[in-house]
Amino acid sequence: MDAESLLLSLELASGSGQGLSPDRRASLLTSLTLVKRDYRYDRVLFWGRILGLVADYYIAQGLSEDQLAPRKTLYSLNCMEWSLLPPATEDMVVQTSVVKGRFMGDPSHEYEHTELQKMSEGEKVFEEEVVVQIKEETRLVSVIDQIDKAVAVIPRGALFKTPFGPIHVNRTFEGLSLSEAKKLSSYFHFREPVELKNKTLLEKADLDPSLDFMDSLEHDIPKGSWSIQMERGNALVVLRSLLWPGLTFFHAPRTKNCGYIYVGTGEKNIDLPFML
Amino acid sequence: MGDTPPDPEPRPQQPSSRRSSQVSQRRSRELSHLPPTISEEVPRIAFDDRVLQSGQGILASQNNFQDWSSGPLLTQQENLTMFQAEEDQLGGVEYPSLNMGFQPQPYLEEGGIQAARNTSLMQQLQQGQGSLFQQLNSAYLETQPNFLGQFSMYQGEDLQFNQGAPHGPYMRDDPALQYSPSELGFMPFNVEVPEPEPRELAVQNAKAYLLQTSVSCSLSLYEHLVNLLTKILNQRPEDPLSLLESLNRTTQWEWFHPRLDTMRDDPEMEPTYETADRQKGLFLRSGAAGEGEQEMEEEVAETAVPNVMETAFYFEQAGVALSSDESFRIFMALKQLVEQQPIHTCRFWGKVLGLSRSYLVAEVEFREGEEEGEEEEVEEPMEGGEGLDAHAEEEGEEDEEKVTDVIPKPMWKPPPVIPKEESRSGTNKYLYFVCNEPGRPWTRLPHVTPIQIVQARKIKKFFTGYLDAPVISFPPFPGNEASYLRAQIARISAATHISPLGFYQFGEEEGDEEEGGAGRDSYEENPDFEGIPVLELVDSMANWVHHTQHILPQGRCTWVNPLQKTEEEEELGEEEEKADEGLEDMEQEVGPPLLTPLSEDAEIMHMSPWTAHLSCSLCPQYSVAVMRSNLWPGAYAYASGKKFENIYIGWGHKYSPENFNPPLPAPIQHEYPSSPEVMEMTDPTVEEEQALKAAQEQALAASEEEEEDEEEDEDEDLED
Repeated sequence: MDAESLLLSLELASGSGQGLSPDRRASLLTSLTLVKRDYRYDRVLFWGRILGLVADYYIAQGLSEDQLAPRKTLYSLNCMEWSLLPPATEDMVVQTSVVKGRFMGDPSHEYEHTELQKMSEGEKVFEEEVVVQIKEETRLVSVIDQIDKAVAVIPRGALFKTPFGPIHVNRTFEGLSLSEAKKLSSYFHFREPVELKNKTLLEKADLDPSLDFMDSLEHDIPKGSWSIQMERGNALVVLRSLLWPGLTFFHAPRTKNCGYIYVGTGEKNIDLPFML
Repeated sequence: MGDTPPDPEPRPQQPSSRRSSQVSQRRSRELSHLPPTISEEVPRIAFDDRVLQSGQGILASQNNFQDWSSGPLLTQQENLTMFQAEEDQLGGVEYPSLNMGFQPQPYLEEGGIQAARNTSLMQQLQQGQGSLFQQLNSAYLETQPNFLGQFSMYQGEDLQFNQGAPHGPYMRDDPALQYSPSELGFMPFNVEVPEPEPRELAVQNAKAYLLQTSVSCSLSLYEHLVNLLTKILNQRPEDPLSLLESLNRTTQWEWFHPRLDTMRDDPEMEPTYETADRQKGLFLRSGAAGEGEQEMEEEVAETAVPNVMETAFYFEQAGVALSSDESFRIFMALKQLVEQQPIHTCRFWGKVLGLSRSYLVAEVEFREGEEEGEEEEVEEPMEGGEGLDAHAEEEGEEDEEKVTDVIPKPMWKPPPVIPKEESRSGTNKYLYFVCNEPGRPWTRLPHVTPIQIVQARKIKKFFTGYLDAPVISFPPFPGNEASYLRAQIARISAATHISPLGFYQFGEEEGDEEEGGAGRDSYEENPDFEGIPVLELVDSMANWVHHTQHILPQGRCTWVNPLQKTEEEEELGEEEEKADEGLEDMEQEVGPPLLTPLSEDAEIMHMSPWTAHLSCSLCPQYSVAVMRSNLWPGAYAYASGKKFENIYIGWGHKYSPENFNPPLPAPIQHEYPSSPEVMEMTDPTVEEEQALKAAQEQALAASEEEEEDEEEDEDEDLED
């Protein structure tokens, strides 16, 4: 959610029950403006909160002018001092996929993972158990990246693509209409499109190249991994992801307010197919 | 139109010069007895000029109106547009006139002389529907000084006519009668048309090109640009150039989606209005006039409705809460519930999220002696089981008459049904009401049965939000979503309802433990509770205790031996008794007693089951101790001073670090008892067969030899 409309967004996203205490809200308002000034970001988003056993991580992201460019992620333990996280790489994701369980809440905590690695010494080839140390910070980076790629949502029309390439915020976006807001196809993944090129030419003919340049949520697998609900009697549409429970996307139809927040344990819900 | 951009600058001077020249021409040629027409012609001329030049660029034409700002025409234009008191003539005055040509309706509503005159001119233009010919026509009209004499005569007549005619929206029809198309049509042909200046021609061509309507819609680029610039000038956004593309798209969209009439209801907003109406009912106080005062007194006295707002405030400090207006609506809804049902105590238990809708759960306790109207559905399975046994027995008896075939009796017996707990005890201590949204009616959930709890532990399903939805799972859940929800509520309550140590204490001492260690199952509030300092609550988990009973693996809080025979079951025969005793002895299940501290809770994979923290680390003296459950994500408890509360907001599932593994299907049952007549004998092997064959041949050979011997003997006898 945009740091500029933080209070309203938190109010709208509170239907999932997870919010922020007043002191955190106040500190966020102050510190995020400072972050924007110091790092010279175009827009700062408050991404959410990852609950750890001992402490929680508060995550923010900074965007540059091009909305789909890789974002800078920052974390903080007390909503005041923010530290920049390194960008996520493929190796990181692979490495941390073996770590299971909750986050500890201590960024320097190291998970130990023993794995068998083939070591060759001279002519002998044998397997040896190697204890790999994975830092919690790495795990944090890769989890945030996975969540962003999987379930970050933006409504159709909120961004538009200019012929020169960069993607801008659409300042005349007036919100989705009520009938559009209830359909999954009006929401896009807020990331580089993956499925778009697989569409048939017939489908692409109906698309508007300046608005429909991202994947929609309609074809997510498994089907039904999004729960759409209207709250406050049709004045608010809330999308909750079932794959990463804790991600809530809210949008007030016919207004500009929209945003998403993740408040959860940072674990994927692998049991989803059983639960649907 | 490559030459258009530089034009806007020199344009302003030229038209004014041209205008002045033309005006002077007019004045020289005009009949002096038409002084009013002069002022009117000026605007008319200016208007026509603008018509000529509009193709060049809208900015250009805007400047033309500097002269036009005088005169009553200005007010009409201002009335026309959506602008209010546009001081800048550039913006304010231009567009309606442009629009006049092509959207005649708004402008022509005006009465007034000048309007009529201009409309008369416009009608000439419109009769060709803005076609090039008409514009050229008007252009030619303008550039014909001698011709203008005729025209001015028409105008004079028109003027006189119009001055006497009433104003109104129907005026526009009348002047058209003055000018029959044939008259209009033939005029240009009569008169020699001097060659128009090349620039004017270029302008006319450009404008005609812009006015072409698009193939796919009836919108022309000209109209669209007009709308777009109108919108920009109306709204005055910052940095309009960067917005241009979006505005372009929005303007186009708006052309085809005009705003609805305010008199008609917006069909999309219907459900919103319905919900708002329903929720309005929550806020209205019900009560007849005479009872007003009595009600006030009653309400000020004790009421069963909990102080939801206070709880919400504390939980908000902890970072867990629904928004404040939703909390208030829940408060109102609970109040409504209390009014409708005979409720003794009531508490907001929490919110369970679902796929389509969510559930708000209230935990209530009825007043003493209130009928609860249970439906006895639990009896049915037991009866069903007995019926089956009886049926099998009958079949067995019948078949015993036929000695040959005996249908084997099924060996499978359904496991004994464990009776559910009584109301107001154990898992059914409280009654639960759910509703989807504040304002909707509350539905009561049925009591939970042990088998439901046992099965609920084995499955993991999302709630859809509809209470009568079936729960399709393996192992099959005995019930629909309402039962599943109730079972999960029971599990969550048993696992996560905690209170500070000392808040509750046991009642009168019941002596030492009863036999079997059933433990105590009731508690009461401790009036001497002093409150534990918040820091201590956070530091040590021993300062919190569970005040709900633990659910045994059996599914109940107090253990019941299902093998105890009731009188009915004894009639089934002794055979079954022996069979049952052959099964494992049921051991009594024991769970941790009531009011166990949290430090005794089992760990989840080396992870503490509870996380404690202060609500605000910056001001510990005023903060609240918050406990967050790691076993049931979404369960929270806070304590501060003498107050504490529990709440659950979540999906309703337990946390398990491993993946969910559904149980495998049961092994295939034996169909029938093995007995020798049913057993299949193994076929003899090849060697055995050959040995048998050899033996048989030997026997045969032996018997043949004997026969031969006998025959030989007989033959010998015969021969002798």
